[in-house]
Amino acid sequence: MKLCIRNGRIIDPSQDLDAIRDLFIEDEKVVAIGDAPVGFVADEDVDATGLWVLPGLVDLGVSLREPGYSQKGSIASETRAAASGGVTTVVCSPDTSPIVDTPAVAALIQDKALAAGQANVFPLGALTQGLSGKALSNMVALTDAGCVALSNQRHAMDSTKVLSRALEYAATHDLLVVFHSDEKSLSDGGCAHEGVISMTHGLAGIPDIAETVALARDLILVERTGVKAHFARLSSAKSIEMITQARLSGMDVTADIALHNLLLTDQVLSEFNGQYHVLPPLRSEEDRLALLEGISNGVITAICSDHQPHEKMAKIAPFSATEPGMANIEVLLPLAMKLVHGGELDLKTLLTCLTVGPANSFGIDAGSLSVGNFADFCLFDSGLSWLWTQGNKKTKGHNSPYLGDEIVGKVQATYLSGKKVY
Amino acid sequence: MNLDIDATLQKMANELSEYCQTKAIVDPIVVGIHSGGVWVAEKLLDNLRTKESLATLDITFYRDDFSRMGLHPKVKQTTLPSTEGKHIILVDDVLMSGRTIRAAMNEIFDFGRPASISLAILYDLDQAELPIKADVTGETIHLSENQRIKLFGPAPLTVSLVDAY
Amino acid sequence: MTQSEPRALQLNEKGQLKHFLSLEGLDKTILTEILDLAESFLNMGEQSVKKVPLLRGKTVVNLFFENSTRTRTTFELAAKRLSADVINLNIETSATSKGESLLDTLQNLEAMQSDMFVVRHGDSGAAHFIAEHCTPNVAIINAGDGRHAHPTQAMLDMLTIRRHKGGFEGLKVAIVGDILHSRVARSQIHALTTLGVEEIRLVGPKTLVPNYFSETGAVICHELQAGLQDVDVIVMLRLQKERMHGALLPSESEFYRLYGLTMESMSWAKPDVVVMHPGPINRGVEISSEVADGEHSVILNQVTNGIAVRMAVMSMAMSGQVQSQESERSMASDTMVGEKV
Repeated sequence: MKLCIRNGRIIDPSQDLDAIRDLFIEDEKVVAIGDAPVGFVADEDVDATGLWVLPGLVDLGVSLREPGYSQKGSIASETRAAASGGVTTVVCSPDTSPIVDTPAVAALIQDKALAAGQANVFPLGALTQGLSGKALSNMVALTDAGCVALSNQRHAMDSTKVLSRALEYAATHDLLVVFHSDEKSLSDGGCAHEGVISMTHGLAGIPDIAETVALARDLILVERTGVKAHFARLSSAKSIEMITQARLSGMDVTADIALHNLLLTDQVLSEFNGQYHVLPPLRSEEDRLALLEGISNGVITAICSDHQPHEKMAKIAPFSATEPGMANIEVLLPLAMKLVHGGELDLKTLLTCLTVGPANSFGIDAGSLSVGNFADFCLFDSGLSWLWTQGNKKTKGHNSPYLGDEIVGKVQATYLSGKKVY
Repeated sequence: MNLDIDATLQKMANELSEYCQTKAIVDPIVVGIHSGGVWVAEKLLDNLRTKESLATLDITFYRDDFSRMGLHPKVKQTTLPSTEGKHIILVDDVLMSGRTIRAAMNEIFDFGRPASISLAILYDLDQAELPIKADVTGETIHLSENQRIKLFGPAPLTVSLVDAY
Repeated sequence: MTQSEPRALQLNEKGQLKHFLSLEGLDKTILTEILDLAESFLNMGEQSVKKVPLLRGKTVVNLFFENSTRTRTTFELAAKRLSADVINLNIETSATSKGESLLDTLQNLEAMQSDMFVVRHGDSGAAHFIAEHCTPNVAIINAGDGRHAHPTQAMLDMLTIRRHKGGFEGLKVAIVGDILHSRVARSQIHALTTLGVEEIRLVGPKTLVPNYFSETGAVICHELQAGLQDVDVIVMLRLQKERMHGALLPSESEFYRLYGLTMESMSWAKPDVVVMHPGPINRGVEISSEVADGEHSVILNQVTNGIAVRMAVMSMAMSGQVQSQESERSMASDTMVGEKV
């Protein structure tokens, strides 16, 4: 099968490319950009005039909700949502039911993802059994079963001792650990950024120090154990400063930020709309600007959707009683483009953080259209305006403050290993 | 149409005295309904030789159309002594639908059970929507569809007809 | 980046109250209207039947997810004095299925064709949630939601201040105690600011008066003397005993020693200062008995004013609700005429 994508604007930060070129694909892989290889006769020609041709997006923060939470989403529904958003590589969270702490669950997820055939799915394994923070999981077995990294997510570790042992063990086998730094005793019971808005609206606060106190501890342990570390969903200005310092001191740590923390601040909470209830919380404008700065200067190399679909009822409650999370994966790219339109990020930096940046931080071979790579890509109409509604959404989740909004920019087609999946 | 309010008030005062004599009403409480009724009642009080001072009633809280019209927040004070066993002469400037009088009677009953209630009206527009009739009427006038009657007071007390579209 | 929308949920298209959820977004005209109307209801005191027929035929449901006999009783009395039929419901919420049980309860009550819900709930924003998710024909009155707002309590305090001080201009008001957990204080800050007092001081230790509150324009004082100096009004807040468990305070006795209102600390304020307290009072914790029962205390007047304010708010919201329903109906009939043409 030979495919030619003609005349599109190929933007691929991994090879510093932004030009109108033809893309040639043969047997799942990119074989040439620009001039056709000798003797190449396309079975199918796609005219991409006026469209952007981008490497398939790599999303490090996705809850597929399967197994266990079929009312919220399934591997089929959420990878379909991913494909419709141009996301071809998904790292999914271990907090399913049962939890991803056995090779069987990891295998089940990958089998179902393969059957759905919408996106490449890499599960995260639980760092401790049952995410309980007490006993170590079978980390090597999980990794052998396809887990790309290990994480306890926001579930607290029983003690710093267990955490430090878990890191030592992971370091022994050169495994990547993903941290969601959070000091439970400071964040427990909170539902909004501790600041003027939470104070004046009487919402229990989560101070930024809940993140930074834990991050300081985690960085010290990473330095001591030498474990490979990625810090997920950073939300506060001080965290960026700490990651910057760590990297300056020679530590090879990476980090990502959820897109909503770059777009929104706690100001949106004044109407108690539970759609804005996320963890870590939307913080101050000062924090938001610092997060953007961290991306602009290259300290942070990944932006994710932090896709957490919920059934309708999960958000129909007073603010603090709603379940946290948004389900934005299918509009990840157009929403992220708001940052470019608003002059807050340049296009190349943004696309880096959605493609090769996250792929590299997890050591996944994706996010690039260099010759020889798998042909995962999407065709994006950057100017098309459309309504995203309950009627045309692909995710099973009902929870996004952007549902009902006019969205600028639409993924027109997504290809996985050269095969059109959307 | 020319309205001589002073002459009408005089005529009304005389008729009211007569009425009280006929009905053997002694020391009645004269109750004016805010605002025009209070002005009219003040004028009538001198002629009535009652020991009671003027009482006033604001019927805002008793209107049957409050939820459609909204409330005027500065409700004037209702100054009504106990009405238990007393004769009441209720005074208003204009009798139109009769709804104001019904509301006023409801309110009066919340202050006690009066011996009797009589109604004195300066201008009866003959448009009653309820079985309510004045015992003493200054003048009965018929307005055309777009005419409204308006009282200005308290001193001087004047009346005019205005066109309302 | 995104600006919040104006707080339009509680007003109808004419700008009249149709719910009463929070004092945020209500201007001086509406607050003054509430106070004027409440004052009119206070004047009804000498009637032998203390009742007006404004809400006759309407059904008011007191929906209390948090138990509070005092507040519920004053709302019940206010509704009954407006001639409404009143149903009291105390609903214990289980922590696990809060959201669902709340929505279920509401849907059941809607079927009873109620006209007004008076809501007390432990979650901040609960009254907003109910106003948004309920049938549009029910007026929602917030009787306290979490730490967020207690607007009728704040308005009765405003009425008490106005009746004793004649107005708000030039006044210095100190609010003392547990601001952090107080929905009353949050509503008072909005009301006092909108009504135009000269200065609001928030007095207490940093654990109970976080610096974030300075963004409201209030002055934060950590010492009682600085906080009470030359004030016209002192509001003492109730100190909940469970605060000691959260490591926010060492003990009641230490709090009393530093922030308790005594005859001595009263002397720092203006000679004609009035002392308020939303009740119930912890004598010897926030306030000495001498002060609570003394000549400056207006705590009992607050209770009387509370009924009048609640009558005012309930009748205004019901009126605004009915009017917005009627304008919707007339709009609907306009549309039908339009279709015929």
